[in-house]
Amino acid sequence: MRNPLSQLIETIEPSGIRKFFDLVSEMDDAISLGVGEPDFDTPWHVREEGIYSLEKGKTFYTSNAGLLELREELAKLIYRRQHVSYDPVHEIMITVGGSEAIDLALRAMLDPGDEVLIPQPSYVSYLPCATLAGGKPVVIKLEEKDQFKLTPEKLREAITDKTKILILPFPNNPTGSVMDFGDLKAIVDIIEENDLYIISDEIYSELTYGKEHVSIISFPGMRERTVYINGFSKAYAMTGWRLGYAAGPKVILEQMLKIHQFAIMCAPTTSQYAALEAVKHGDEDIERMREAYNQRRKYLIHALNDMGLTCFEPFGAFYVFPSIRSTGMTSDEFANKLLEEEKVAVVPGTAFGECGEGFLRVSYAYSIEDLKIALERIKRFVKRHTK
Amino acid sequence: MGIREEILHAIAKNGRIHTEDLAIMLGIEEKVVKDHIKQMEEEKIICGYPTVINWDKTDRELVTALIEVKVTPQRGQGFDKIAERIYRFEEVDCVYLMSGGFDLTVIIHGKSMREVAEFVSSKLAPMEAVLSTSTNFVLKKYKEHGLTLSEAKSKDERMLYTP
Repeated sequence: MRNPLSQLIETIEPSGIRKFFDLVSEMDDAISLGVGEPDFDTPWHVREEGIYSLEKGKTFYTSNAGLLELREELAKLIYRRQHVSYDPVHEIMITVGGSEAIDLALRAMLDPGDEVLIPQPSYVSYLPCATLAGGKPVVIKLEEKDQFKLTPEKLREAITDKTKILILPFPNNPTGSVMDFGDLKAIVDIIEENDLYIISDEIYSELTYGKEHVSIISFPGMRERTVYINGFSKAYAMTGWRLGYAAGPKVILEQMLKIHQFAIMCAPTTSQYAALEAVKHGDEDIERMREAYNQRRKYLIHALNDMGLTCFEPFGAFYVFPSIRSTGMTSDEFANKLLEEEKVAVVPGTAFGECGEGFLRVSYAYSIEDLKIALERIKRFVKRHTK
Repeated sequence: MGIREEILHAIAKNGRIHTEDLAIMLGIEEKVVKDHIKQMEEEKIICGYPTVINWDKTDRELVTALIEVKVTPQRGQGFDKIAERIYRFEEVDCVYLMSGGFDLTVIIHGKSMREVAEFVSSKLAPMEAVLSTSTNFVLKKYKEHGLTLSEAKSKDERMLYTP
């Protein structure tokens, strides 16, 4: 028989997190600090609206781009947050999570050989999606000394005459790093000079602490070359509803919509009705959750630094990215042994790119009580393994 | 939000939180937290630290009644004097002055319906200022102080590792 598989798919590594998942599924008393989703339930008024839409029989396809009313509300939301206008009819589309939007944007813009700049450590899907879209991923290794921000020097170095797209994954999963106004301003000219397009994944935009989130689209000239991606998962604790959106220039969105139309048809209708309620009346929920995350963030940073796992202060998302160099272990070793010996699950930094070596992703999407128990165990572990 | 309000929000949710932890979570010195709490206790902003208990799960017999009371306000003292005469009774849990069809809501606890009835007929109703009472017994408590009582603690349904 012939090989059923494409040569391309065989070059793609499965996610590094997967093998840990298999390990832990047999362990029912393990505590996890390894998740990438909120611990809060979706706010009740949002769930209720979803239920209500089902009761009313709203169980049909929506238009390919999603409910117009939802797109209109999202245009208003983006304007409220970033003072940038999008036409809800042609420039906004609803997707199955932010991750579909990432895939669509890459597929709509790449030709074979085009290079995509991917700052790492970052979310696991950019690299494989760029490859699947026929592009050539080029990793930019971010460093702790820069607080894992993208610096103008690093960006310049990575650009070639084949570079077409820059992915901006801030606030960042897994480092919690944010790019503030000054950081973005420093790269805007380089983007312009080199005629780059941007895919800005701002799924954690509502979760920044002590700083307002600034988007690249708010800089002059950037809106025209950016696909802005966001969603409901992190801001409104709606991961399982699978709902995100993209906003961008009509010429790109049209093509993204074409792929979406053939591959997906439309995002789940129930989720769209629930999301409409979230975007209209969810600001207070965001505030409440952000406050809780912020308290846990401070608690976690303090506890980790205290036990010798130094970490820079992350101002976004719900992750802390401590260094484990004091233990002399690799990230993989540390995560494996910690799971074995103390039954605490954390994700090795290397799951988000090679340059995550020497770090861990610790999530604070957990109650203080749960964090406390886990931190107690990590502390014991570090003590035992520090020479 | 001011620092006092932040402290209050935190202890309103968990009265047993350690001031040490609270200080870290709010990013301030523990001494500052302690001083604020002490001061707010003195100012009666913080009035106490009771616990929410689901007595239905214990052997204690307890009935709760919500009594709607109509009263005649007294010259010069309005409703306060009569409210005080009522809230001073041990068995009275809450007293609220209401707008609408009656004046005071009185929530009381007793061992049995008979005991509650006894209180109403011998203590509350005969008061000079009390015009009428209407006693409503609580059959089941679903939620109190923002906490659902009957639901089991929900299990974390998330997968242990997600990207």
